[in-house]
Amino acid sequence: MSLEYSASEMMSVTAARALENGSTCFVGIGLPSEAANLARLTHAPDVVLIYESGTLQTKPNVLPLSIGDGELAETALTTVGVPEMFRYWLQGGKIDVGFLGTAQIDKYCNLNTTLIGDYREPKVRLPGGGGAPEIATNAGEVFITLRHSRRAFVKNVDFVTTLGFGRDGKGRDNVPNIGKGPTRVITDLCVMKPDPDTKELVVVSLHPGVTREEVMDATGWEVRFAERLESTPEPSENELTILRELKARTEQAHAGA
Amino acid sequence: MAEFLSLHDAVARYVEDGATVAMEGFTHLIPFAAGHEVIRQQKRDLTLIRMTPDIIYDQLIGAGCARKVIFSWGGNPGVGSLHRLRDAVEKGWPHKVEILEHSHAAMACAFEAGAAGLPLAVFRGYIGSELPSVNDQIKFIECPFTGERLAAVPSVRPDVSIIHAQRADRQGNVLVEGIVGVQKEAVLAAKHSIVTVEEVVDDLDAHPNACVIPGWAISAVAVAEKGALPSYTHGYYGRSNRFYKEWDAIARDRDTFTQWLDENVYRTQESAQ
Repeated sequence: MSLEYSASEMMSVTAARALENGSTCFVGIGLPSEAANLARLTHAPDVVLIYESGTLQTKPNVLPLSIGDGELAETALTTVGVPEMFRYWLQGGKIDVGFLGTAQIDKYCNLNTTLIGDYREPKVRLPGGGGAPEIATNAGEVFITLRHSRRAFVKNVDFVTTLGFGRDGKGRDNVPNIGKGPTRVITDLCVMKPDPDTKELVVVSLHPGVTREEVMDATGWEVRFAERLESTPEPSENELTILRELKARTEQAHAGA
Repeated sequence: MAEFLSLHDAVARYVEDGATVAMEGFTHLIPFAAGHEVIRQQKRDLTLIRMTPDIIYDQLIGAGCARKVIFSWGGNPGVGSLHRLRDAVEKGWPHKVEILEHSHAAMACAFEAGAAGLPLAVFRGYIGSELPSVNDQIKFIECPFTGERLAAVPSVRPDVSIIHAQRADRQGNVLVEGIVGVQKEAVLAAKHSIVTVEEVVDDLDAHPNACVIPGWAISAVAVAEKGALPSYTHGYYGRSNRFYKEWDAIARDRDTFTQWLDENVYRTQESAQ
């Protein structure tokens, strides 16, 4: 194989492949939305995409800039109110996968989108929780995708906006009516999964050309690697073409008006 | 029965200094024209409630209208930070603003509980999140039937809710189409409500199950053409994604922001939106 592709493209294609055809996915804006729509346009035409703005089973032709772009409502099977979206569809247990991004993530997969620093004297104020706290606990399982860096992958998040497995890895133990939580983290370097027992994130697959050292350098804790470390399959020409066309359409659409 | 007022008069009558105000619209139908009128009338000490503060509250906060902001996601969608919100929280400019933050599920349920006349909303939420440690309005209760621990938040009961919609008929009945967010809940939860519309028509031409808010449940209807720009009105005009991107540079700097506010809000009339 000698296809040319970027680390970002590798991340999006790998994240897209994680979604099974026919599953229902509650989609976060940004990288998750890119991956989920790529899945829909390639191997998973019957994946059901749901955005928190109330758009049910939507098939946007271009990626939305905001979670409530008109494109999402125009291409949806139907659009419901936001209370119904969270109460019936998410809390009601109709969602297989919650697909999230984050600003910070720690070794137990807790997510911080609230702030850097101390809560009362923040160094950097981030947007906040949005739908994530309940998506992460009410969806059947959670996929997370973000770029790999030491700023993002920290030993302890500054604030647990959204539960992964808690600060001790036991945050979901004995909690009734809670989803499995994060089952994979897809970055531009690798794929990580929580250890079945300790829930600590472990690198299970390196993207082609990426070394262990690169992942260690970009991770804020002494990251573990699976005994049988795999190599992530490369993107296909078809996936790259469809991803590039999707992004070009999107860029064109957002430049206007 | 809704009274047809000018936007100026509706805001002057129903938005008092110190009031709790919800201007809703989930990315869609954000009532910008009304927000600008609140800025022009220099309302102060408002408690501003919105799931996504968006640019509209960034402008109100920067203009000095807000004392407190209750929200669940405070970013510029798809672009980045709300710099005026951050400047107020991090540096206290133009003055310190108190924040109370929730998750979307909590706020959606709180609006619904407000519309339902209940004192609280109960839902399965905030499990393992540290938000309850910084927001004393988040509690946990035990289900009296199953014993399950559930989250509880107070319902949202604004003094006034303001929304934008496609159109009203001559009786003041309002049709909301597309992404309907929590607009109906916001209107029904509030003591008073102002609905701005793109146009007034003879017949709403609504489907039997359409989201129609009866005129008798609304305090005032005001015509505000393009009243949701730079957000959008489904069926009328699209979202100005370009402006949302441009806002990042405008809002980043206090002087640029102040100048923008002078030129685009203070020196314009409501009809010139």
